[in-house]
This record gives sequence, C-alpha cells and structure tokens, in this order.
Amino acid sequence: MLNIEIYITLKKTVSDPQGLTIKHALESLGYQNLEEVRFGKLVTIKLNSKDKKQARQKLDEMCRKLLANPIIEDYSFKIKEA
Amino acid sequence: MAKPEVYKSLELNDEEYQKILDILKREPTPTELAMFSVEWSEHCGYTHSRNWLKLLPKKGKYKSLIGEDSGGIIVDDLAIIFKMESHNHPSQVEPKQGAATGVGGIIRDIFTAGAKPIASLNSLRFGPLTQAYNRYLLRGVVDGIQFYGNCVGVPTVGGEIYFDESYTGNCLVNVMCIGVAKKDKLARARATGYGNSIMYVGSNTGRDGIGGCSVLASREFKECEEKRPAVQMGDPFTEKCLIEATLEALATGYVVGIKDMGAAGITCSTSEMASAGNSGMEVDIAYVPRRESNMKPWEVMMSESQERMLVCVTKGKEKEIERIFSKWDLNAVVIGKVTDDGTVRIRDKGKIVAEIKARSLTQAPAYDMPHKKPDYLDRLNKLDINKIPEPKNYDETLLKLLGSPSICSKKWVYEQYDHMVQTNTIVLPGSDASVLRLKGTNKAIAATTDCNSRYCFLNPYRGAQIAVAEAARNLVCSGAQAAAVTDCLNFGNPERPDRFWQFKNCMEGVADACKFFNIPVVSGNVSFYNESPKGAIYPTPTIGMIGVINDIKRVCTQYFKKENETIILLGLSKEELGGSEYLKAIHGLVKGDAPQLDLRLEAAVQKTVQEAIKKGLVSSAHDCSEGGLAVALAECCVSNNGKIIGALINNLDFIGRKDTILFGESQSRIIISCSKKSAGKIKDIAKNFAAPFRIIGTTGGKNLKISSGRNILINLPIKRMFDKWTNSLQSSITA
Amino acid sequence: MKFGVVVFPGSNCDQDCFYIIKNILKQPVKYIWHKQTNLDGVDCVILPGGFSYGDYLRTGAIARFSPLMKQIYRFAQKGGFVIGICNGFQILLEAGLLPGAMLRNKNLHFICKYVYVKTETNKTPFTNLCGRNQILKIPIAHNEGNYYIDKDGLKTLEQNRQIVFRYCNRDGVVNKESNPNGALANIAGIINKNGNVLGMMPHPERSSEKILGSEDGFLIFKSIAKRGKNKR
Repeated sequence: MLNIEIYITLKKTVSDPQGLTIKHALESLGYQNLEEVRFGKLVTIKLNSKDKKQARQKLDEMCRKLLANPIIEDYSFKIKEA
Repeated sequence: MAKPEVYKSLELNDEEYQKILDILKREPTPTELAMFSVEWSEHCGYTHSRNWLKLLPKKGKYKSLIGEDSGGIIVDDLAIIFKMESHNHPSQVEPKQGAATGVGGIIRDIFTAGAKPIASLNSLRFGPLTQAYNRYLLRGVVDGIQFYGNCVGVPTVGGEIYFDESYTGNCLVNVMCIGVAKKDKLARARATGYGNSIMYVGSNTGRDGIGGCSVLASREFKECEEKRPAVQMGDPFTEKCLIEATLEALATGYVVGIKDMGAAGITCSTSEMASAGNSGMEVDIAYVPRRESNMKPWEVMMSESQERMLVCVTKGKEKEIERIFSKWDLNAVVIGKVTDDGTVRIRDKGKIVAEIKARSLTQAPAYDMPHKKPDYLDRLNKLDINKIPEPKNYDETLLKLLGSPSICSKKWVYEQYDHMVQTNTIVLPGSDASVLRLKGTNKAIAATTDCNSRYCFLNPYRGAQIAVAEAARNLVCSGAQAAAVTDCLNFGNPERPDRFWQFKNCMEGVADACKFFNIPVVSGNVSFYNESPKGAIYPTPTIGMIGVINDIKRVCTQYFKKENETIILLGLSKEELGGSEYLKAIHGLVKGDAPQLDLRLEAAVQKTVQEAIKKGLVSSAHDCSEGGLAVALAECCVSNNGKIIGALINNLDFIGRKDTILFGESQSRIIISCSKKSAGKIKDIAKNFAAPFRIIGTTGGKNLKISSGRNILINLPIKRMFDKWTNSLQSSITA
Repeated sequence: MKFGVVVFPGSNCDQDCFYIIKNILKQPVKYIWHKQTNLDGVDCVILPGGFSYGDYLRTGAIARFSPLMKQIYRFAQKGGFVIGICNGFQILLEAGLLPGAMLRNKNLHFICKYVYVKTETNKTPFTNLCGRNQILKIPIAHNEGNYYIDKDGLKTLEQNRQIVFRYCNRDGVVNKESNPNGALANIAGIINKNGNVLGMMPHPERSSEKILGSEDGFLIFKSIAKRGKNKR
C-alpha cells in the first residue's frame, strides 16, 4: 500500500487573494515576519500497489488530466510506503 | 435496570424512564432507550409546547394543508407548501455547517411533500457586532447559507437580521422554505399497505450529529466546545441530486410515502411514518449503507447524517425507484417492509434490537409547565418620557439609526445569496417582502419573516401579535393578501416559570392575531433552551408569512419611484417610545411597553393599501417599523438601487415631542407615494375603510426634509443617508 | 434553430434556459442528459449555469469529462453553435473549447447582482442584434468569475476580436470600479477563434423578461435564432 500526498497550488504568476487574506488575518493576530502565505489543496490517495515508479507515472497523469488545471495551478506529490 | 446515569445522560428523567418500563413491560435495550430519548426530546416530541400549540388556528381564507412535516395552502390548482425551522444551537457551535445543514433540512421537508422548492428565507439574530465572536458567527452563518442554498439551486430571496445583546452566546438561525406542487400530486410521510417495501435513499450513514437533536436542542449551552462532534456536515450537491431524483420518483406513482431523515435520523423516520400510517414497520439496519466501520445498532439509529430519506414503495416496484436514484448516483436500497401490527421492529443482521409500538414512540408525554410573570417586568414597563433627554442634532440621530446594524441595508449579506436562480424572483431583496411569480399562472406569492423580539420581551402577548400584524402589513405593501403562517418559536428554558410565561403569552398573542386576520398556522417549529450563561434570549416567535398576489401586474415595492409625487401617511401616530430602536441605540435603554396595537385599525389600514394597489393607484408602499417614521421615509428615499429620490415632508399634524414624531414606533402605519391624481381616489378608499389618511408631503429633490409646523426637524442630503445606510454593515463586520 | 440544454448532476439553470427558449424565443428545445452519447440533431447547445458536481475539486473540472462532452467537442469543431453560461463557461474553459481559466472572485465572496456589460463586438452569431458597443444590463451570480489568461493569450484574444463582453458601468465606462470580480481586462464573455462557441459569466436567461428587471439578455438568444434562420 502506498500513501500519496498531492499538493496543488496556484501558479506564482496568478493572484492568490485567499493567501493574502490569510496572511493579513495572521498578522492582525500578532504574527510577524510572514514573508508569504499561499493557499492550496491537499489530495491524499491510498494506492494498492508496491511499484513506486509506476505510481509516479500514474499520478502525473492524474494531476495533468484532472487534479490540477495546468493554466493556473502547479502540483507536486510525495509517495510513501504505508 | 438501566442505571440513572445512563438514561439521564440521554436527557430522560425518572418518570419518563418509568413510563418506558410500563410501555414495554420490560427493560429497554440500548437501542430502544436511545430511540425513546430522541423521540421524546423537546425537539421531536414537543413535550413542553404541545399543549399550547393547540391554540393556533388551522383554518383561513385558503384551504389549509397540514401534513406530517410541513403544511401549506391551496391556491387554484396549486399547493403552496412552506415551513420554517430553527438550527440555533448547531450554528452557535459551528456557524457555517450549522446554518448549511439548517437550510438542507428545511428544503428536504418541502420536497418530500412532493413540492418543488422555489425559495428560501431566513431570520437571523446575533449579539452585537462589537464582539468578535458575533462577527465570526454572522460571517459563518451567511457563508453556510450561501454555500448550501446557492449550490442546491433554491434562491434565497429574503428574511431579516437583528442584533441584540440577548443573543450573545445563543444566536438564532431560523430558515424558511417555500415549494410548489400541483395540488393532487402531493406526498405524505406515512407508511401504509401491508407488504410494501421500505427503502433507504441518499447518502451513507456515519456518526454525524449523534445525539444532536436530543443533546443540542434540548438543553442550554454550557460548554460549546464539547458539543462540536454533534454538528453535521452538509452536502448540497447530493441534496440537489436528491431533489431531482425524488421529484422523478414521485412522478412514477409508486411512492406510497416519503420522509426526510432529519433530527433523530432513522429512529424518527421509521416510527413517525409507521405511526402516521397506522401501520407497523420492520427494517434490518444491516442493509443501511455506512460511511464508517463498526457502527453499533444504536449509532445507526441515532445518526443524523444528512441528505437521506425513507421511502415507502409499492411492492414489486422497488427496481423502478432504484433505477431513478441510481441515475443520480444515489444509494437506494430496500431495508424493510410495512407490517400491520403497529410495531416498529428493528433488526441487525436478523437479530431484533428494538421492538416498540410506533404510537408509544410518537406520543411523547406532554407537560403542563408552571408559568409566572417575571418580577422585573412591571418596573421595566414604566417609561417616563420626560426623563429622556432630546437629541441636540436630529440629522445625526437619524444617520446613526440608519447605520445601526439592525436597520441598515443588508446588501452585504444578500449579494452573497443567489436570489435569482429559477427566474421567479420579481421583487429582489431590499423591499418589505419578496415576491415570486408562479409560472404558468397570472399570480405571485409574497413572503416575509418578522418578529421584533424587544417588543416581545417587554410585552410577550402584544409583541407576538405585532409580529403577526407586521408580517401581514409587509405582505400587503407588496400587493398581496396575507394567506398563511409558519412559525418558528424561539424561547429560553421552559422549565423556568418566567421563560414559560413568555412562551404562553406569545402563543396566545400569535393565536389571537392569526384568528383575527383569518390566517392559519399551517406548520412550524419550537426551539426551547435558547440560553447562555447570561440568561435567556428575548422571546422570539418568528412569524413566516406568505401572501397571494392575484394579478402579477399589481406588485408593489417600498421605494419612491418618481419626483413630484404625493406622499400619504395612513394610520395614527402616537406619542410612544417604548421598546423603540431609538431608545436603545441613542439612549441605551430597553424600557417601556410595546407600542399599542389596535387590530381593527391595523385591518383598516391594510385593506386600504390592498385596495389602492389592486386599483393601480400606488407607486410605492412601505410600513413604519424600527426607527419609526423618519427611518421609514429615509428608506423610501434610498432603498432603490438605481434611483434615489428625496422628499419634502411638511404637512405632519402630530403634536408631541420631536423625537416621538420622528422615531416613535406606533404600529399600523403605512407610507404611500402616488401620483397627484391618485391621491384623491386613495383618500376615498381610506374613508371607506375608516383608515386615518393624511397627505404629508411630496417626493423630489436631493434631500429628505421633514418639518413640523415651523420647525425643521430633518434636512439631510439623500446621498449621505444612502452611503451611511448602504455601507454600515460591511464596516461593522470588517471592524 | 433547434436548441439542446445540457443537464449535468448539479446544473441549476437548465430549466431557466429551457423556459426562455420554449416560451419567449418560441423555438424547439430539448434537454440532453450528460451521459448521452449523441446530440439528438440540435443546432445550438447550451451549457447552463449551476454547480455541476458541486463545483468539487474545481468548478467544471469533473463535468468536462462527461460522455457528452466528446460529442460537444466534435460538434463545435464542425461549426455547431455552443453557448456556455456561467458554470457552462467554466466547463468550456476546463474542456479547452475556450482559452483561459477561472479564478475565485477577488473579494472571495459569491456575488449575485445586476451588472452592465459592453458589447465589444456585434459581429458574432450571438450578438448580431446588438448595437455597436451596446450596454446590456444582465445579472451575475458566481463564486469563480475572475477570468484569467496569460499575457500572450490576452493579446491573441484582443487581436482576433474574441472578447465579446466586458464589465462596465451604467455609462459604458470599463474600469476597476465597474469590475465586480477582478476578471482580467474586465472580461465577462469570449468566443473561440472560429466564432461559434461563446462563454459568458452573466446570465442572459435571467434578463430575458421585463418582469424580472431587464430584457437585454434576450438579445443573445434572439441573435443566435436569427443566425439559425439565415443559415437555411
């Protein structure tokens, strides 16, 4: 069993008002030195397989096809054995 | 013998436990104990309120429909089904999901009656926005309503929002839904026909909200945080699919009965459907689709997972129904059948875990609660106007009132709600009532929610009457004839005599006013135990009312339309300040008696406006409520999004203190604007109904100028009023 | 002109579009379930507003994989007319039938209100009955109407005159104040290069009857019906 975490974030070139709003909210609570705050999505998948290489290939496909919109989003993922 | 700690933790008292022993003639199983605890809770069983709910009239001008979970009226060949419900405690704990699931639940009550939901309204009350948690609640609740309502495709078209210290620690979220069906196509929440199948449709069952209705709705707030696991998550997408699938299934004619699994989930739906159908039911919960593993039988029975329904299907037609729900990717599985022994028998993999006569579950004990007038009330009702200093600057006072959160524009809120989907909304939010056309007819439905709870606090009987009168008045101003009521009764702890005295008096007030206006109460909800460590909320009997407009060309709105039109005031202005927003916002006082109410005078004024609108004589109609005459006039000037028009009011005949003229909240007053030509005709109509009539001024100009005799009381640029009224709420929220 | 209104699980405005086409435009119209694999011979496909698949993951992201979308793609390639309204526009973007993407509204709230849009070009099948630069009063109701495309993409849209509607004020001024959701260049609606696929965020079906507050949206339906008539 493989535990996969996929991170989807807006591209750096795209405005992220949610991230900005969260940054302001944290600052108003007194937290300082916040260089940047970005908001994204986390998708977790439990894959019934032991082949990490094949999993990587499949995940790339999943992300490009459905999970991320390549025009406005970037993705990355971590694969761990359960 | 179950230990007292066990049944007491389920909110059953000793007497109730003994009753259970008497009914079963043995000890209850854990599942049975759980079932009794939810069915006999205040929320499901109306144990404290049932005796008083009987006062409410059930008949009116239109034929009433009183169903198991909702009610309505018949208009021509259509049934208009509507109901209002509360979701107060869950919203205080988790505002977004609490409000969202409230919306989901009330919509389900409407479409399970076979009616297509066409609109939602909501009546919200919070503590002052100066406190951060109250701002958090407002934002969360509005977010929850838009999250659910927009996605499910039912327009949220109106309602009200009030702010008062008494709601700090216990906000109120009352949600109303209206649906339409052909009158012979309605569905009932009953299981009948020996051998017919019982099917479970909708989402999987998890551990959501277990004990929610018995735990949250039936006790006061002590520790909010601990109750967090009892809040359910809403899924509006699944609900939208459920609406479509249900209406399709009902159209087949194979659905004998259908019921939403709301509070108390499977427990409630099985026992109530069997009881209502005078039959019995046998289900095996092993067939219930689950979201979590290792759920015990009582957990499955108590679960309040959302978006599920119980359907009684004609024997042999199960596959047809399954096909329809499957098309929409929803579960549809047979879990049992109808029997004829009056018993609800629950099995788990064949083994019986509960066996109770349906009637004994649904006939919860009804209690006669003691009531006593609170000691503080007589003293509080005394108001010496002479002790109230007059403001130095009336312009600033009016501006302050226009900016007060309970009065100012709620545009920040309703622009987050899709109020146009289904293309029926003829009067958008921002006027006295919402108006929805009935496609395929020449008619429309007007709807409003109303309650001034401060009046109810100072005088429960009259305050409740005023709530009914004001709702009818708002509908009349939109061109409708008031037709029927759904009530959402929010009160404190009924076990305390002073709170119960408020409840009893409000019930009598609502009943008497509805009887007077010949308006039935066709559905409703009771919410007790609305208290925080500071005390009870103001008694809040929220009135949801619908009216019928017979000619869609005769719809009216509250804002001035043209310059140089005549402004008329119908009704009588008295020198009274008791319970007014002015007294609270400017002088920090909640004192005096609720304004006087003469029901005959109210009827005369309403009939005059109704007739005048029917004859096409009226440009705008707006009632005087919070803030009195000055605020009502200001609203007539500024509430039209496209076009703000000033007014010159120079013919008031009122003698008294200036602040009582401007801000007193005398009831039964309506401001009309009309062409100069029509004024005379309206005067004749008023004379006919014996309604006090006076021309008080003209529309036009860039200011609102109010004078009495030679005194100029108000002279404000409408732009200034518009800015203050429009932007105040957003400024208060982002503070 | 035969119209088809596509229904996805979660579509909300399908019945509203159907009502206008049937009762006001008085043209033949049918519903097309998203699982169908043929378009039943329609001339114009409408993808209505709503929350297909609850807007889960990303608005329009799942709907665009429905079996019917393959047919719509072929239909559009052959020159068939397609109108995507609100969620329909979002689905067309995800499907690649129109360029760009939708982001969340700048103020992070759902916005429902009447706005004004300027008709940038009346040389399209959908705006041929509009006057040059005509201002239309049409309502919006969305969470994600913040249109985005990269710099080169925007240049291409402008060069090819693919921008059909821009948010403006009552007087036709296109500026930041008249932009309700932060959309790039105030873009409210675009067409594809071939000019047969339109995507627009405002809801013309909600402004096709005077009683609802505006009839301006109806020009779009009338235009496409007229174009259909001329084709024959």
